[in-house]
Amino acid sequence: MKTRFLTLAATAAALAFGTMAAQAAVKGCWVYVGPIGDFGYSYQHHQGLLQAKEKFGDELETSYLESVPEGADAERAIERLARSGCNIIFTTSFGFMDATNKVAGKFPDVKFEHATGYKREHPNVSTYNSRFYEGRYVQGIIAAKLSKAGVAGYIASFPIPEVVMGINAFVLGAQSVNPDFKVKVVWANTWFDAGKEADAAKALIDQGVDIITQHTDSTAPMQVATERGIKAFGQASDMIKFGPETQLTSIVDDWGPYYIERIQALIDGTWKQQDVWGGMKEGHVVMAPYTNMPDDVKKAAEEAEAKIKSGSFNPFTGPIKKQDGSEWLKDGEVAEDGVLLGMNFYIQGVDDQLPQ
Amino acid sequence: MRIELVRRPQHSALFSALSPFIALGLTLVAGAIMFSLLGKNPVDALYYYFIDPLTGIWDPGNRWQLHELAIKAAPLILIAVGLSVCFLSNNWNIGAEGQFIAGAVAGSFIPVLFPDFQTWATLPLMLIFGMAGGAAYAAIPAFLKVKFNTNEILTSLMLVYVAQLFNDWLVRGIWRNPEGMSFPGTIRFNEYAILPQIWPDAGRAHWGFVFALVAAVAVWFMLSKMLKGFEVKVLGQSPRAGRFAGFSSAKMVFFVFLLAGALAGLAGICEVAGPIEHLNEKISIGYGFTAIIVAFLGRLNPLGIVAAGLILALTYLGGESAQIALGVSDKAVRAFQGMLLFFVLACDTLIHYRIRIVGALATKAGEATQNA
Amino acid sequence: MLEQIIITIATAATPLLIASIGELVVERSGVLNLGVEGMMVMGAVTGFGVALLTGSPWLGVLAAIIVGALFSLLFGFLTLTLVTNQVATGLALTLLGLGLSGMIGESFVGLPGVKLAAIYIPGLTDLPFVGKLLFGQDPIFYLSILLTVGVAWFLFRTRAGLTLRAVGDNHGSAHALGINVIGIRYLAVMFGGACAGLAGGFLSLVYTPQWIENMTAGRGWIALALVVFASWRPLRVLAGAYLFGAVSIGQLHAQALGIGIPSQLLSSLPYLATILVLVLISRNKRLTMINTPASLGRPFVPDR
Repeated sequence: MKTRFLTLAATAAALAFGTMAAQAAVKGCWVYVGPIGDFGYSYQHHQGLLQAKEKFGDELETSYLESVPEGADAERAIERLARSGCNIIFTTSFGFMDATNKVAGKFPDVKFEHATGYKREHPNVSTYNSRFYEGRYVQGIIAAKLSKAGVAGYIASFPIPEVVMGINAFVLGAQSVNPDFKVKVVWANTWFDAGKEADAAKALIDQGVDIITQHTDSTAPMQVATERGIKAFGQASDMIKFGPETQLTSIVDDWGPYYIERIQALIDGTWKQQDVWGGMKEGHVVMAPYTNMPDDVKKAAEEAEAKIKSGSFNPFTGPIKKQDGSEWLKDGEVAEDGVLLGMNFYIQGVDDQLPQ
Repeated sequence: MRIELVRRPQHSALFSALSPFIALGLTLVAGAIMFSLLGKNPVDALYYYFIDPLTGIWDPGNRWQLHELAIKAAPLILIAVGLSVCFLSNNWNIGAEGQFIAGAVAGSFIPVLFPDFQTWATLPLMLIFGMAGGAAYAAIPAFLKVKFNTNEILTSLMLVYVAQLFNDWLVRGIWRNPEGMSFPGTIRFNEYAILPQIWPDAGRAHWGFVFALVAAVAVWFMLSKMLKGFEVKVLGQSPRAGRFAGFSSAKMVFFVFLLAGALAGLAGICEVAGPIEHLNEKISIGYGFTAIIVAFLGRLNPLGIVAAGLILALTYLGGESAQIALGVSDKAVRAFQGMLLFFVLACDTLIHYRIRIVGALATKAGEATQNA
Repeated sequence: MLEQIIITIATAATPLLIASIGELVVERSGVLNLGVEGMMVMGAVTGFGVALLTGSPWLGVLAAIIVGALFSLLFGFLTLTLVTNQVATGLALTLLGLGLSGMIGESFVGLPGVKLAAIYIPGLTDLPFVGKLLFGQDPIFYLSILLTVGVAWFLFRTRAGLTLRAVGDNHGSAHALGINVIGIRYLAVMFGGACAGLAGGFLSLVYTPQWIENMTAGRGWIALALVVFASWRPLRVLAGAYLFGAVSIGQLHAQALGIGIPSQLLSSLPYLATILVLVLISRNKRLTMINTPASLGRPFVPDR
């Protein structure tokens, strides 16, 4: 026991005086809201970390904290990373917004990158997000072309703008093919509870939908669709392994390129505050291969994707009416980003009442 | 080989004091083994886990960590102190998480709906509302138990889920911040509605920690020096005896639930008015459940609970620092936490019992414990 | 369609039913193990892993049962041999289980699992309306029903069951009669662990054949509540589990129909319904008293 404490004290001393052998150029740190084992949102951010690590090798040292609650703990977690010598910290969930800005004020030399938020109270805070709705628009086109029932099931998590925007984009895509297309929405009130998501998928299928799409994290709906012999879209990652004959495509959250870009900027000394909302054009939104569909559908999807990628087309282009029939966008008018980021209404054609 | 317990004639004061240290020793050994198996240097791991968060005691540069310790421990202690009275009286309130949320919601009433009401009275009123909200929510299982004989374990647990969903509905709906880009959460509280920090230059610990200490001392005083405390224990150990003494168990059910609910509610509003500064749907992260462990770790003694709450808070902070410094996974940290609890609980057995190992090792081990 | 909905309800109810039946036996023996969630998640991860590595879902089921039982032994050793507090030990077991399962499962994330296939009996399974419901579900569903009936029979129709209840009602007198109280409780705890493990295995092998951290998502707690809800009667556990499943699935259907009720209110229905039914049942004080194991949660140390 005595020797143990002695070694403990020795290590403590050694740590205090710093004995880092090989110094990496940059230390990048990540804060995740869920476990990296969720195979969804946090998992994908962690894949981004791994990509960055592969790119920079010994140049980049990394740390991360997972399952960080978005309450009082967030500020501590971020501050701890800032104190541990991180040069750039990616806080990957909306709920970290206030904590990120608070800590950023205390550590002006550390760069902060906050995902999906809108507050940049200090020059060392940037925000970033992806235009996933672009992918949902393409999915809508595919769904309307394939569905015999003319109804798709949408498993949603929580009524936040990101999710509402996705539902609307999906409906717009579908209506561009079939103006009468309907979407049934079930709010699971969870990001990942495989069982509940499976139940939601079953309920939707029992009510006659023949295509499932989801904005929750687990692969359970894909598995249910496989069992029931209908088609489905993946979410967050390429879920083809879970439904080789089911998955039509999937919107892949590919954060890696952004992380690499920002770390590179930091190394080069060109890091500047910015607010980035990247889409297909910037390579932030990637569609998994189009599978399990006839060639003409595939072609339509690819054309839509190319149009969005080229920047010549925005899914939220008028004329678009709100759910109650009132006009939202005039013919040819394109929605402002600010409105999309705070979107809290449905467009016409959604068969659901938005929880308010 | 078999293990036998022999009840000590009196509980051992020696082991009462020693058992936490034995538990710590065992945890260190087991932890060292676990971390070695994970390929981490065990000494480093244990250093980061147990000592790094405490370096603030001698190193002013690290003092912020002590503040963080207080922030993390405050709700655990507040809730656990109330729960200890419930458990001592044999009332199984395991829905403190729901009462915590109810307190946070009720306390937020003023700053959310009357944001212009900004006086010195704002905060005290919020705290009172918070306590009242928690108590009122706890009164439901108490009422059902007294009136319909409904099992309080089940009702209090179910009400946790209901409270979570209600709060969720509120902050996404009618209480949502109109300027919050449609994200869930109320407006940020005004400065009169924010719980001040104790010593803002050094860290962000707020007065909730002081409330926790005051509550612990007050409840300790009640339990050990007042008739009410005696009543709690008598009714808890033998309702029959309690009735003969003229104590009403129905009144007691209400008393302990209201007390525990009020303290959990206070913890809720302190969390919201303190570090978070607004009400949102993410406030419920299991303090009410963790506090049950804290209550028992503290042997249902309010002063012990203060120590237990600090220790549990330490394991969260230490876990983080080990994750960052060594890349020990969050899962390993949780497993280690569970292990630590097991050792502490097991070692407390020594206070009331002598352990005899019958069989191959009987003589040796037997002698060892006898000598102790 | 109705048949499918009932099958969906059965699938949602089965893990709750299995875990509750196990816990019921534990509590009937006078022990309160709040670690159901932890044992369940351990069963889920080992069941998934073993099935994946061996390719056999049945071996996965077996592994889930064994690991559940072994994990509960830890609880048994602490609470029965070292007489630690049962509530705190159970909660610690849950913490440990959630952590350990995450560590074990780290490499399983993102891999499709092996599904335990539903049974198929030519002719019978193809019957209209009831074929799939009665003869076409997964084997564990049938096991869960057998388990419920078996436990009901064991507790109230056998000598051993009587002994177990005696231990739970008054361990002092049971001990005086020469019954090995601790031994019986160990067996009961392990049975409970095995059931929780099986329930977890059901999640990762039948319900949603994949591994996700914390995939039990609170089902262990619901299982615990159901035991109390059922006032420690096996057939009422069955009713409770299916009622809970029905309300949970029903609210999803209500949403899909586009009924304009806040989803939070719909989601809270299963919990409110549980409270309501419990209030109705427990109004009869004497009946509840008869069924409640009097020694529940009380430590026992035999005098020597």
